Amino acid sequence: MDIDVEEIRKHFPIFDRFRRDGIVYLDNAATTQKPREVVDAITSFYYNSNSNVHRGVYRIGEEATELYNHSRENIASFIGARSEEIVFVRNATEALNIAANNLPDVVGRDSEVIISRMEHHSNIVPWHIASTRYGIRVKMMENLPDRQITWEDIEKNLTEKTRIVSLSQCSNILGTINDLSAIGKRLHELGIIFVVDAAQSVPHMPVDVKKLNCDLLAFSGHKMLGPSGIGCLYGTSEILENMPPYMGGGEMIREVYENGFTTADVPEKFEAGTPNIEGAIGLSAAVDFLKKIGMDNVRSHEKELIKYTLEKEEEYALESLHSYGPRNPDIRAGIYTFQMKKGDSGKPFGNYVHPHDISHLADRIRGVEIRSGHHCAMPQTVALGTYATARASFYIYNGKEDVDTFFDALKAIEKKMIA
Amino acid sequence: MTDDTIYSQILDDHYREPRNFGRMEDPDVQVTETNPTCGDTISLFIKVKDGNLAEISYVASGCLISVASASILSEKATGSSLKEIRTMTKSDVLKNLGLKLGPAREKCALISYDALMKAIDRYNSS
Ligand SMILES: Cc1ncc(COP(=O)(O)O)c(C=O)c1O
Repeated sequence: MDIDVEEIRKHFPIFDRFRRDGIVYLDNAATTQKPREVVDAITSFYYNSNSNVHRGVYRIGEEATELYNHSRENIASFIGARSEEIVFVRNATEALNIAANNLPDVVGRDSEVIISRMEHHSNIVPWHIASTRYGIRVKMMENLPDRQITWEDIEKNLTEKTRIVSLSQCSNILGTINDLSAIGKRLHELGIIFVVDAAQSVPHMPVDVKKLNCDLLAFSGHKMLGPSGIGCLYGTSEILENMPPYMGGGEMIREVYENGFTTADVPEKFEAGTPNIEGAIGLSAAVDFLKKIGMDNVRSHEKELIKYTLEKEEEYALESLHSYGPRNPDIRAGIYTFQMKKGDSGKPFGNYVHPHDISHLADRIRGVEIRSGHHCAMPQTVALGTYATARASFYIYNGKEDVDTFFDALKAIEKKMIA
Repeated sequence: MTDDTIYSQILDDHYREPRNFGRMEDPDVQVTETNPTCGDTISLFIKVKDGNLAEISYVASGCLISVASASILSEKATGSSLKEIRTMTKSDVLKNLGLKLGPAREKCALISYDALMKAIDRYNSS
């Protein structure tokens, strides 16, 4: 492991509080903590260069525009893209909504889109909405909870009408890392547009959009040390130029007439209104922070943590503990989703700990903060045979001692709640 | 923090031995409520006699808070008039639990209340 967790924590002011209050934060798939560098970049913008972008020709106006443009370049190169291929949006959800809203007009409304069962709601619901609005057909393919999505899974659902496939590179509930490069290549051979939900991959592993062979890709800044309210839609120039604009207003136009308008070039074509300037600057600072660590190191650190987690799971051998997702750390992100139950007596007490109680008790007993619920992935949760699970998820500032504390908490919960 | 302050003894007790737990034969009204964020469900049954809640029971698959809250509510409500029960507010229910809850958990605590109010309204309009 090339990451010095203690050293990294020094960059995160919130760890002062975590130390004081004995908090072990393990909900990084929901959002991550922010290093001082990110907060400082935002503060510095407001203290020194605040003004609107693409407008003023005065000094601070130009500074703001430069900072904003540099942020886009920096974020683009982080995922192997060019600046004009990055559209700033609010988050991955907005990026996927743009895809689902605009692609039907590119591919034709008589088309079919394939998504998988392990998708987050933000890669499901926009397609359902598009289905109602534009008449495209949505097919949800099955996937096994302990295995990657395969070409065969997709092939079973392909028809001559399939024009779009939209898949997550990493599942936020199973932790499965899907191998999408080969899938993207085959989809392109068939002329099918490939959309990737990278909300859980860009923050945690090296991602190169060209190697992925995708047409559109979505991610959120807040899940990768950046501020909330900023995210990106990557798109090849070809697809971005073919898609109609999403929202109208300032920034996205070239000229406006009494009876019409022409659009600005991409990416501005999709960025109506004054953008989230501080967000872009903050996300760029987050990218710098991650680059300094190295995404290979981020990935190997988390791989080590999930490997350790699975070992601890076996070592503790808690009677009621059931976890999901692939057991092979090579294809597993730092996400550990589980339940605590032992048979079913029909009574609430004694054989089952509701995920809300797991989460509540883990916090109160050992300060371990984990998520409970359906994790915005109801179809996958239901396919696991339940309606709620608990989830621990790691990032660069988590160490093995956090995993130890987590299992201590689970042990105490089992003792307290399971008869 | 000691284990005892995690969930109060009273809540723990209601969860371990929920009062009035189970299905009911021939209820006057049956209502099922779900909390979509965690999938908690409760099916609640009531029997009414002379304007009073004669019997109440429920089956719930939920967290400690939701089960304990249903149990406490069922004890409080049994024997009272429907009119009286209908004047109970959400904050009364939360106060009865004696635990400060965040916004997410409040929904768990109130699922049985919502079910009971719905059951009474349905009885009154039938
Ligand atoms: C796989 C996946 N896709 C999409 C999203 C949506 O991200 P956001 O809420 O930032 O738009 C998430 C966040 O939970 C996610 O885990």
